[in-house]
Amino acid sequence: MLNFILKRLGLAILVAFTVSFISFSLLFMAGDPAVALAGETASGEDIEALRKLYGFDRPMLVQYGEWLFSALRGDFGESYYFRLPVASLIAERLSVTMTLGVCGITFALLTAVPLGVAAAIRPNSIIDRVALFLSVAGQAMPSFWFGLILIVLFAIKLGWLPPSGASTPVHFIMPTIVLGYYAMPAIMRLTRAGMLDVLSSDYIRTARAKGAPEMRVLFRHALRNAIIPVVSLAAVQMGFMLGGSIVVESIFALHGAGYLAWESIARNDLPTVQALILVFSMFYIVFTFLADVLNAWLDPRMRSS
Amino acid sequence: MTQTDMTDPLLQEITGPTPGQMLRKRVFGHQGLLIGSIVVGLLLLVAIFAPLLAPHDPYAQSLMTRMNPPVFLGGSWDHPLGTDHLGRDYLSRLIYGARVSLMIGLIAALISGVIGTAMGVAAGYFGGRVDMVVTFLINVRLAMPVVLVALAVVAILGGSLQVVIMVLGFLLWDRFAVVMRASTLQVRGREYVAAARAIGASTPRVILSEIMPNIANNLIVVVTLEMAHAILLEAALSFLGLGVQPPTPSWGLMVSEGKNMMLFEPWMVLIPGAVLFVLVLAINLMGDGLRDVTAPENRS
Repeated sequence: MLNFILKRLGLAILVAFTVSFISFSLLFMAGDPAVALAGETASGEDIEALRKLYGFDRPMLVQYGEWLFSALRGDFGESYYFRLPVASLIAERLSVTMTLGVCGITFALLTAVPLGVAAAIRPNSIIDRVALFLSVAGQAMPSFWFGLILIVLFAIKLGWLPPSGASTPVHFIMPTIVLGYYAMPAIMRLTRAGMLDVLSSDYIRTARAKGAPEMRVLFRHALRNAIIPVVSLAAVQMGFMLGGSIVVESIFALHGAGYLAWESIARNDLPTVQALILVFSMFYIVFTFLADVLNAWLDPRMRSS
Repeated sequence: MTQTDMTDPLLQEITGPTPGQMLRKRVFGHQGLLIGSIVVGLLLLVAIFAPLLAPHDPYAQSLMTRMNPPVFLGGSWDHPLGTDHLGRDYLSRLIYGARVSLMIGLIAALISGVIGTAMGVAAGYFGGRVDMVVTFLINVRLAMPVVLVALAVVAILGGSLQVVIMVLGFLLWDRFAVVMRASTLQVRGREYVAAARAIGASTPRVILSEIMPNIANNLIVVVTLEMAHAILLEAALSFLGLGVQPPTPSWGLMVSEGKNMMLFEPWMVLIPGAVLFVLVLAINLMGDGLRDVTAPENRS
């Protein structure tokens, strides 16, 4: 087990370094960052001064090393637009995004798992069809459009919910539904498939044969085994959702890290963009690492691969 | 009567249906695949014949007819689905928008398909270090937040159709690599691959004429699903203002433009989004259907 964790940790760290390099090199994709920063009206001297000021005149690898070294100490430089340390900007905004992410995945699990179980108990029943419909529709639903429909319906027509902002828990209801619905189809399908698989296995037949009550068979014997892959999928989805929060946050004007990403991309604020890509990637890396370790702990067969 | 007349009921009873008949039965018996393919086919025709079908020029502005409602909300038949804030005909923009969506979906899926398939097949076939490198690259790619990276790169390179297509093409290869790697691993150990090697076939030849045909069904399924993925992403990028730029008629952009008028004219958001939803739904139904129909375990 320890061997597995160490190997997996090594991979995670290597991936993290590679991602950090890619997000850093974004700065150089546009050509000369000093020119981009100075704007169209700048003179040659202005550009030269900026180049010196930000250290763009040194070799890229040196700049990367310096950036990485400060990033490891939690210093991502200063935002071009906000004129504030990027790290504190992100830290300030992250709580909204994390709240949204946790609410979203909770909503997804609370709807997807019961639906998946109900669908697997009676394949081809009405519930199974409804679950299938919801998951197929969810995969095709443009989340920005879904969000706008909810706003039209619940904020404008009915006036039940506030259309935007993040000041009260009520403000999180619609964003949670939109973000959660994005993760729901995959979780529902996996729960259903896992339950179908487990329900046809020998030990379920044994449990039923020895006269265990049906509820006990379903929840103690079947769901406990079927839920293992769902747990790790939920962790992976959580990582994806934080990255996907950019769309949801922009629709509902939730000033979280996703909104910050959108603002800073639109304003060419590259230090903030680089840091945000790295931060979102780190969340994904940490979540998938935890999911794999959890999986290996729950299911010893996973440790060998 | 010839001996090979397959329509003879008696003969059919003895020999059973031909593989072609079995395939046809599976395809036509699958509702999702049928409905999905018909809708995708229709929208493809709309995209191809857009100049013939569109009642107006999708770019023609008219300040006299701004924000006319659609027919079913009391508008006139001159603009069946109304006009936008610049007086452009909504139906014509929707029809040309099908071109944008389908073109981006198809080309991005092709680019990422080539990249992902090359990586996945190489990893599955050669194993060892190649596999390690490819698996590592897949891990790196999955760790990068797609929407964020795509937005950033489009913002840096400038939003245009070509840039959006290239960015999505170079970002969405992960599922191809994962599926093609797994499929190749499954096929690699089969007897016909060993036989081809035994008669001295070269590696490219084994891959192209033994491996590829046998994993092509999985490839087609991933192509459709990634096409849907690319179309949704393009719409999201354009909605956020960092994808296809105005005045190009993109459905995501139309939703974004309609958003400002949402309070009074919700149809301006509902219509383009609904069309986008239907197209992506149809492509997904087609992909899921193809998976069901071509899966060997359903052949009984």
